[in-house]
Amino acid sequence: MAAVHWHSRVRRYEAELQGCRLEAVEAGDCHPFKPITVTDSKTRKGGRKGSTSSSSSSSSSTAADPLSSMLDGTDPLSMFAAASASETPALSHSTSAGELGRRRREKEEEVGPDFEPWSAKRGEILGRFTTTEKLSINLFMGSDKGKASSPGSTVSEKVRNRLEELDDMEEGSQREMLNLSQQDYVNRIEELNQSLKEAWSSDQKVKALKIVIQCSKLLSDTSVIQFYPSKFVLITDILDTFGRLVYERILSMCSDASTPPDTFSPDCVNDTAKETCLNWFFKIASIRELVPRLYVEAAILNCNCFLSKSGVQETLPRLTAMIRGIGDPLVAVYARAYLCRVGMAVAPHLKESLNKNFFDLLASFRQTHSDSVQNQLVLQRVEVPVYLTLYSPAIHWILQCVSYRAPEALLTEMMDRCRKLGNNALLLNSVMWAFRAEFVAARATDFIAMIKDCDEAGFPKHLLFGSLGRSLACADPPENERLSILNEAWKVITKVRSPQDYISCAEIWVEFTCRHFTKREVNTVLSDIIKHMTPDRAFEDTYPQLQSVINKILPHFHDFSVLFSMERFLPFLDMFQKDSVRVEVCRSIMEVFIKHQQEPTRDPVILNALLHVCKTMHDSVNALTLDDEKRSISQLINGFIRMVSFGRDFEQQLSFCVEARATFCNLEPVLIQLVHTVNQLAMETRRVMKGSHSRKTGAFVRACAAYSFITIPSLTSIFSRLNLYLLSGQVALANQCLSQADAFFKAAVSLLPEVPRVIGVEGKLRSSEPFLLDFINNFLSTLLVVPDHPEQAVLYLVRGLLNMVQDYTWEEGSDAKVRVYISALPLLAAMSQETYLYSIPKVDSNETLYGSDPKFVAEINKLCETLIGQVLDHLKSLGREEAAGVRKQSSLAFSLFGCLLAHGNLQNNKLNQLAINLWNLSHKHGYCETRTSVRTLEHIKQLGQQPGMAHISDMALRLSLQSRA
Amino acid sequence: MQKYRKQQNTIKVINKYADIEIKVSREQKYEPIQLISSNIEVVKPGKIPGGKTEIPFEFPLHVKGNKVLYETYHGVFVNIQYTLRCDMKRSLLAKDLTKTCEFMVHCQPQNGKLQPSPVDFTITPETLQNVRERTALPKFMIRGRLDATSCIITQPLTGELTVEMSEVPIKSIELQLVRVETCGCAEGYARDATEIQNIQIAEGAVCHSLPIPIYMVFPRLFTCPTLETTNFKVEFEVNVVIVLHDDHLITENFPLKLCRV
Repeated sequence: MAAVHWHSRVRRYEAELQGCRLEAVEAGDCHPFKPITVTDSKTRKGGRKGSTSSSSSSSSSTAADPLSSMLDGTDPLSMFAAASASETPALSHSTSAGELGRRRREKEEEVGPDFEPWSAKRGEILGRFTTTEKLSINLFMGSDKGKASSPGSTVSEKVRNRLEELDDMEEGSQREMLNLSQQDYVNRIEELNQSLKEAWSSDQKVKALKIVIQCSKLLSDTSVIQFYPSKFVLITDILDTFGRLVYERILSMCSDASTPPDTFSPDCVNDTAKETCLNWFFKIASIRELVPRLYVEAAILNCNCFLSKSGVQETLPRLTAMIRGIGDPLVAVYARAYLCRVGMAVAPHLKESLNKNFFDLLASFRQTHSDSVQNQLVLQRVEVPVYLTLYSPAIHWILQCVSYRAPEALLTEMMDRCRKLGNNALLLNSVMWAFRAEFVAARATDFIAMIKDCDEAGFPKHLLFGSLGRSLACADPPENERLSILNEAWKVITKVRSPQDYISCAEIWVEFTCRHFTKREVNTVLSDIIKHMTPDRAFEDTYPQLQSVINKILPHFHDFSVLFSMERFLPFLDMFQKDSVRVEVCRSIMEVFIKHQQEPTRDPVILNALLHVCKTMHDSVNALTLDDEKRSISQLINGFIRMVSFGRDFEQQLSFCVEARATFCNLEPVLIQLVHTVNQLAMETRRVMKGSHSRKTGAFVRACAAYSFITIPSLTSIFSRLNLYLLSGQVALANQCLSQADAFFKAAVSLLPEVPRVIGVEGKLRSSEPFLLDFINNFLSTLLVVPDHPEQAVLYLVRGLLNMVQDYTWEEGSDAKVRVYISALPLLAAMSQETYLYSIPKVDSNETLYGSDPKFVAEINKLCETLIGQVLDHLKSLGREEAAGVRKQSSLAFSLFGCLLAHGNLQNNKLNQLAINLWNLSHKHGYCETRTSVRTLEHIKQLGQQPGMAHISDMALRLSLQSRA
Repeated sequence: MQKYRKQQNTIKVINKYADIEIKVSREQKYEPIQLISSNIEVVKPGKIPGGKTEIPFEFPLHVKGNKVLYETYHGVFVNIQYTLRCDMKRSLLAKDLTKTCEFMVHCQPQNGKLQPSPVDFTITPETLQNVRERTALPKFMIRGRLDATSCIITQPLTGELTVEMSEVPIKSIELQLVRVETCGCAEGYARDATEIQNIQIAEGAVCHSLPIPIYMVFPRLFTCPTLETTNFKVEFEVNVVIVLHDDHLITENFPLKLCRV
């Protein structure tokens, strides 16, 4: 094709800007952004409560956006969440899924979400009470001798058979499993649970009952006593399953279509269901042994509601009294706990039997020290303190049930009763644990006195103080007592010998100390902890507790200068010597810092300490560190760097960045952040100097540029490098550091060939092309203001860039290269103007350097012609291809047309002709989007009406829209 | 011991195809005594349509002769049982079908309220009879109370028991329900006590001076209101059994009178 002679259109940017400005229009009545006025107050239904007055006057334009009015108040989702949260605890340990509506409502009144459900305790108990001793399961299961009664047998025979079967388990085939490890034991119990379900589903109800009886019998066995609480948990799971099965079965028998389960009362239970239910109770009443009879009846407690309304009310006290017959205090207390648990689930309103349970417990409390218990402990070689802690979960639970929403008077009475019992440590512990924290906190001084003079009876005092501390961590004692409380408590705690016991108690009290006291006290506490934990490297075994100490301190010290001015804080951190824990701690410190630090800081104490903390995190990064981990650490460090500011002392800030770069050299995001910080610093300097640098500041900004220049190459991500080069180049240019800017841009250009064709973005491989195009366009727009280097040829940066683009191995069949060429045209057109669209203050761009020298313009035009030539060649080659090529051709031709229209001087006939040809080419194959074409044409016509644009309107006449056909 | 053997009371209700035959037999020495026997026809001869057919029927229980109807009871030597038999006669070529099932008979509750008659008891080594060496006995003192010895059969036996003192720890405290069946005949009479059920109310070294509840449900079928006839008697007793850790067995016996009110 013959060379096209390029002539840039002469632009008068000022005038164009004026022409483009929108006319200011007086805002009419129906302005879109004006708040919607709603006069209908119905829309506010379900909105916030208590603001009905404003709804009537909502014709004022202030309130009453229907969306917002719906949103405030309780939004439906959180209402659901709250509702389900309140239901779960009730359901999780209720014995039936098909709970009755009436009952559920009742329960919601009685047991709120603030009641810690059993399911929450379960795991804790299982984890805490373990053993390495060998366990045994004794099951006397009647073997399945083909005892199935013959079909013709009479009722009495059947009953006799069944009873014999029940008896069978007592004399019959005895299965004893010895030498089970704890895990085996758990598995066996789970198997029993499964076989219970199987037996039930295969209609072997007698077998199911047998399994349950045998399981609950295991609860009267206290061998391997330290495992008892866990055993209780496992076996009561089975009992719960059984209770649920029985309840559901009977419910299914009486659920006619006519009686929905919600409106359920014993009157509408049919006779068959009642009879079945009664049968269960008769069967259970004839269980010989006390413990299984008790547990199994408790398990199906809620079946009483099928028989009579008051059934549960009558049964609970009876079962409560029955527990008195259990001689072993541990077995008894757990039986009480189970009864309370079932009671809370079935009839939480029946408080009396809960209280009765507790009073009975008190009455029989001396049993814990009876001879038979002592003998047993000697036999099993269990020490008294260990033995006593076995009671804790059960007593905690009972007290929790008793004290739940109990009136103050009752709690006081309970406390007095405990006190009368010689201030038993075990009880006291549970009282503090289970009663409302406010209640305990208000009487903290009393409690301390009680703890002091309670007979130790083998129950360690540090546990008592631990429980007290737990309450005080949630509720505040009277202000004037606080210091004495802390002193008294710490006096005891500091005497605890075993580091493990010490730290578990101290950890709790840290919270109280932090809440109410200043750094001085906290510092003392910390130093005491260090003193206790350092000997024999005791801290190694107690990382979780130490970590929790840190986590408790952090929220109370938002001012990090105070935190770090605590002498013992950093030494405390030094105790974390295991890498993973150390990093974890550093991380939580940084998280709190980022969350709470409002103002940038220059406090050397904070900086030093945090730099140390961040360095620890940074040093933990190695080749095996996960990307996410790296990212989050980088984020934390970045957050820190952003918070560092030395105000006007820019040099110190720069030297901080230098130090930070050395410290955090392994984390790219941090390096990027540092480059940004330094760039910002340079711009800040410029702002302070109001654009004209002194010699000193000039040197400083050059130092900043140097910093960026040597930092950027160490990054691996190519686009980060490119973008930072560009950005730093722009900053350097803005600061009149021409040679530095040149260097940045040159570096960017020479980096271009290295851009890979595919890059990983968020773990996926993607083509780099769109990123590269973006970058190049951005770069091009910057190049407008970059003055040519005096020693280099004209436009050497643009040429260099275009050369790189030409040599770059683009993707096969991609027309990215041509697109770059097309987008370079506007730049070149802009460069040939007399006054540039934008410029940098105090930097002479090419406009001043060359002053629209004809030679310079000719150079530009030549460059444009080459580019257009390249594009046209490409268009031609596309035309030879199939449909896909033609489609591309059409769109490329259209964009070149657009470019010509905007930047070319179309008065020139050749260019004019070229434009028309391109228009036709883009419409030739019908791939052009009609709407765009129509709008473009409209635009052209509009342009043509402006003065001096007659040639455009002529051209418009020659452009034809593609026919729809 | 003389060998007087079983006395059986069987009530057979035979519902034969269309007739119900109720026989009451009462038998001495292996032969049951019939109390009732009657037949009724529930459906006239004819064809039963396909599908499920329910045939309602009812009949009064008329005693044979001057006999009395007793409550259903299953014991060792005395059995009072009521049975219903249904026969379906069919044409020559098909077999007749028969199905038997037992049904319960409860007497009309007697009117009038039972006066509660609480019984207090104290068991110490001194109160025991039938002891070989009183000196070898460990010291103990157990007080208790039964709320009533005349019990309503549908209500549980209740009371409480307190271990005031015991030198040797207690292993177990049980309630033993015993039936006493007495059969009389020409050769004299036989009295046999057998256990019906045994319910443990305390296990292990229970807390002293804390009352432990006594509670036992009377099992159905195996208990009936205390029965006294010319030929036989069915009575019930409860034993409070205390087993000490050194396997001493202490029993206190209370005769009961069961009735239906």
